[in-house]
Amino acid sequence: MVNVRELVRTSPATRAGLSIAVATGAYGVSFGALGTASGLGVLEVCLLSLLLFSGGSQFAFIGVLAGGGSPASAAGAATLLGLRNGVYGMQVNTLLQPRGWRRLAAAQVTIDESTAIALGQTDRVEQGRGFWTAGIGVFVLWNLMTLLGALAGDALGDPRQWGLDGAAVAAFLGLLWPRLRGREPWAIATVCAVVTVLAIPLVPPGIPILVAAAVAALVGWWGRDRAAEEVAAR
Amino acid sequence: MTVWLWLLAACGLAFLTKLSGYLVPRRLLGSPAVVRVSGCMTIGLLASLVTMNAVADGQALALDSRLLALGAAVVALLLRAPFLLVVVVGATAAALGRLVGLP
Repeated sequence: MVNVRELVRTSPATRAGLSIAVATGAYGVSFGALGTASGLGVLEVCLLSLLLFSGGSQFAFIGVLAGGGSPASAAGAATLLGLRNGVYGMQVNTLLQPRGWRRLAAAQVTIDESTAIALGQTDRVEQGRGFWTAGIGVFVLWNLMTLLGALAGDALGDPRQWGLDGAAVAAFLGLLWPRLRGREPWAIATVCAVVTVLAIPLVPPGIPILVAAAVAALVGWWGRDRAAEEVAAR
Repeated sequence: MTVWLWLLAACGLAFLTKLSGYLVPRRLLGSPAVVRVSGCMTIGLLASLVTMNAVADGQALALDSRLLALGAAVVALLLRAPFLLVVVVGATAAALGRLVGLP
């Protein structure tokens, strides 16, 4: 049995994972409440959180239904929004290389938060701790809060009132920050931020991240000859 | 009934999308070019996540208390605050913004 208190004290990735799990998990309440308001039953809403488990895709699914769209287009929107999780899976696989049932479990908890926490660490052990703490932490809390929200409706209030959307912004910036060493990382981050802002009104939610990822990949590919020099310089 | 079918289809597709990333052959992932592209994509993904969470409201751009959170987080990071404190500072800034009536 791992000493949890000791781990929390000594591992920054575990602490980061737990804090993002609390901030994100709390949003499950609004998903639960909005899900039942869109016409789905409590069981269906809870199944979306258990099985689909990707916040953006879930909100898209119930959003399309609430707007009068067909279940097929709801599934289409959810799938489109979830495409970035495929890119995340590739990234996490290069770091952790899970095998067997762990690979299936890792795939299920591959979301924005768990991927970002893993990528934010430099040490291999910390990458694993961060990924699993954030992934399982968000999974457990998100599902509990979904059930709570589905049963209680929105009597609990808007999580934005508690600044939880601000917590998400700060968390992702906190993960990006240590990587912004040198001119090229700043340039890539700036270009990708601008691309995201430009893409938001033009493409469905969730897709701007894929556009930014593609731009960053192109920058990386064009400069690949420089990679060796940079590694040597470090 | 069709809602149930499409709901389960969406769940299945979501899992297969996630899993597909794990099935990319390992030997493709070790070359220096791929390591570099992957590193650049990490920065791009994180920068995009920050931006999306700060200004996106569905398909619209919205300037609201989340920008206060972004600014406060930058200050906290410049002061070398630990990650958890940065998150708390971000939440507090957004909550205070809403308390004084900002969107």
